[in-house]
Amino acid sequence: MGVAITVILGLAGLFAIAAAGRFAARSTLRGAARRAVNDMPLTAAFGILVIVIYAVVALTAPVLAPFPEREIVGTQFEAWGAEHWLGTDRIGRDMLSRLIYGARNTVGIAFATTALAFVVGSILGIWAALTGGWLDQILSRFVDALMAIPALIFSLLLLTIFGTSVLSLILVIAAVDATRVFRLARAVAQGIVVMDYIEAAKLRGERSWFLIRREILPNAVAPLVAEFGLRFCFVFLAISSLSFLGLGIKPPTADWGSMVRENATLITFGDVTPLLPAGCIALLTVAVNFVVDWQLYRASGLKE
Amino acid sequence: MTRDVLLKIEGLRIEGRSGDTWTEIVKGVDLTLHKGEVLGLIGESGAGKSTVGLAAMGFARDGCRITGGTIDFDGIDLRRATETQRRGLRGKRIAYVAQSAAASFNPAHRLIDQYCEAPVVHGVMSRDAAAKDAVDLYRRMQLPAPESIGFRYPHQVSGGQLQRAMTAMAMSCRPDLIIFDEPTTALDVTTQIEVLAAIRDIVRQFDTAAIYITHDLAVVAQAADRIKVLLRGEEVEEAETRAMLDAPKEEYTKSLWAVREFQRPELAPAAGTPVVSVRGVTAAYGTVNVLEDISFDIHAGRTVAVVGESGSGKSTAARVITGLLPPSSGAVLFEGTPLPPSLRGRSREQLRQVQMIYQMADTALNPKLRLRELIGRPAQMYLGLKGRALETRVKDLLHLIELDPAVYIDRLPGELSGGQKQRIGIARALAAEPRLIICDEVTSALDQIVQEGILKLLSRLQEEFGLAYMFITHDLATVRAIADDVVVMQRGCVVEQGPKAEMFTPPHAPYTELLLSSVPEMDPDWLTHLLDHRAAAG
Repeated sequence: MGVAITVILGLAGLFAIAAAGRFAARSTLRGAARRAVNDMPLTAAFGILVIVIYAVVALTAPVLAPFPEREIVGTQFEAWGAEHWLGTDRIGRDMLSRLIYGARNTVGIAFATTALAFVVGSILGIWAALTGGWLDQILSRFVDALMAIPALIFSLLLLTIFGTSVLSLILVIAAVDATRVFRLARAVAQGIVVMDYIEAAKLRGERSWFLIRREILPNAVAPLVAEFGLRFCFVFLAISSLSFLGLGIKPPTADWGSMVRENATLITFGDVTPLLPAGCIALLTVAVNFVVDWQLYRASGLKE
Repeated sequence: MTRDVLLKIEGLRIEGRSGDTWTEIVKGVDLTLHKGEVLGLIGESGAGKSTVGLAAMGFARDGCRITGGTIDFDGIDLRRATETQRRGLRGKRIAYVAQSAAASFNPAHRLIDQYCEAPVVHGVMSRDAAAKDAVDLYRRMQLPAPESIGFRYPHQVSGGQLQRAMTAMAMSCRPDLIIFDEPTTALDVTTQIEVLAAIRDIVRQFDTAAIYITHDLAVVAQAADRIKVLLRGEEVEEAETRAMLDAPKEEYTKSLWAVREFQRPELAPAAGTPVVSVRGVTAAYGTVNVLEDISFDIHAGRTVAVVGESGSGKSTAARVITGLLPPSSGAVLFEGTPLPPSLRGRSREQLRQVQMIYQMADTALNPKLRLRELIGRPAQMYLGLKGRALETRVKDLLHLIELDPAVYIDRLPGELSGGQKQRIGIARALAAEPRLIICDEVTSALDQIVQEGILKLLSRLQEEFGLAYMFITHDLATVRAIADDVVVMQRGCVVEQGPKAEMFTPPHAPYTELLLSSVPEMDPDWLTHLLDHRAAAG
């Protein structure tokens, strides 16, 4: 019961801080930023606040964490107490410190992966739609072929080939995800390239890169941003499942996904500790989607 | 002629929402319609015509609300009626014909199935009876092959036929009132006549009352018994059609008439090397030839109007000149030297010389770019302007098109009116400092008063910079106003060409004759006479 009340109070507190922050921003900002803040719903302010907190925690992890990430500092499965606030894990490492470092590892990797997938996928997708013809055929059929292979098995295959460093993890998941982004970006861009303003830009003699960057991308951004929110959550899932199979983030490194698994036995004893990393993932995905919804609302002109 | 009152609207007030604030868009309009009477509702866009028309069905669009007044339809108070009662009336006693039949029909169902829906839902007829009735009405609407046309899908019939099928559908329950919302605006002049005649006949045959919404006075004059002029949600004046045409009382109404009187002075015949010369061009999409051996010249400081109905190849000719569609034979000469056939082969300097303005400013301006970049980009690209110089140039261009730079330079296209957007299209073309501007139906999506503003602007810019215009249009009133030379096209061929004065005086080629006689005139008897004349001749 105590935990549930703490969680509810904590969320309410975050909402209160978000409301205060939004109010402060409304009274200090000017110009375009002010306009953006004016129609910002409270959920978006909450989302931004949570993301900022995660970012700060991830960046200052060594300062914030009371203990090192990988050292055994206590006995197995210690209860919550004054020294180890959230207790210790099954080999005696401090849970709170690992949770804090986990923000750095899991969120950092997931963000880098999603961002990479979107940059590559959307540029190639728009390029294919713009150029059409054989280039579109080659890229699209190649992507179709990749998508025909189940994502997890394909990632496993690639990771076995390239080894399991963090970099190859990022590249592999990004490559798999980029195929989905490619399809979306291509479909969206196909609706845009037939517009007269694209013809006008072609008549002006603009190069493909300008067309992609200035003429098409700003108009395709709304669905891509929405997809970003969703993909970001799936990447967490992908990293966790790969970690579970021993091909993701390697054991001594703290990762929220594997932390849930390692400490799962505690749930049997009515201890909520293993759910904390899961809760961190859930909170972040909700926060990201709040912000994405707001951006989507702004970009799509639904506000009319 | 005193007949029972069918619809009585008093002090109608409707508000529309923008953001969080509600602004009044209809400010106390009164309207009385007798049984079997046709009322024309005219005004420019934003006058509230369509909103009033929909309110006659007790309906307010999303983002609109009816805030005051009464709407009384044959003894039923539509504002107090429940949604179920209103739904019982719609389609059965009050029907609606939308501007774009192509967008209003469900593309997944055959015409006849959509026809039968209303009578069956309202329990007026069985499905079989309704299907029989549909054939009868299709015949009355003079649709070709009335027995079989209902079994086609909307995309399989032409725009004019679709509009007639939609009118037939509105008639299916024999309503007391039909609301026509700009039913012929999207059609060619020649098609418009057929639809207009069919609508007029059927309304008379069934003695149906109608509200005919349009911005074209000459059109409404053919169909309406009375005309009501609206301006910004308020009534300007109302009178019997003849009285209104002969002696409009208010200044605003007179200005609606005057629009068509704008005319440029006659120029001397062209001489010297033309800016652009199209020589024996044949072009094809795939294996179908859409242009067959066409030739014409465009001289500096002159406007060549290219006229014809849709599908006649006007826009394709423009695509050949700009290089979007390389011709299969023939050539386009720029000041005597041939241009490379394809866009890719042309140098930046060659591209700069020919600019285009599009029909739909909405799709021709990137909605996510600010005017600064929209207008500035050609100047930056072609003339290498940067920083302060570029900003000055953009401001000068905004001045040229009569928009205040301080207010508009950082706006998005979505924050402008239709006419202003079209002006931005003009500024973008001017920014390249071209010799030829191709105007593709630039005024056909605009109201008459806004049209006049655009035509005057184009004409002033032409004098100032010695520009050559290729003016693609199907509107002969525009041709009369702005052209120096006319090229008439039909099915990919040039039917007739020459200076304007010559083109507008007989004898004409048969197709030119048809086009010219199809332009509605400000005479309520014009359509009747024309149809009689054509029947006698044909």
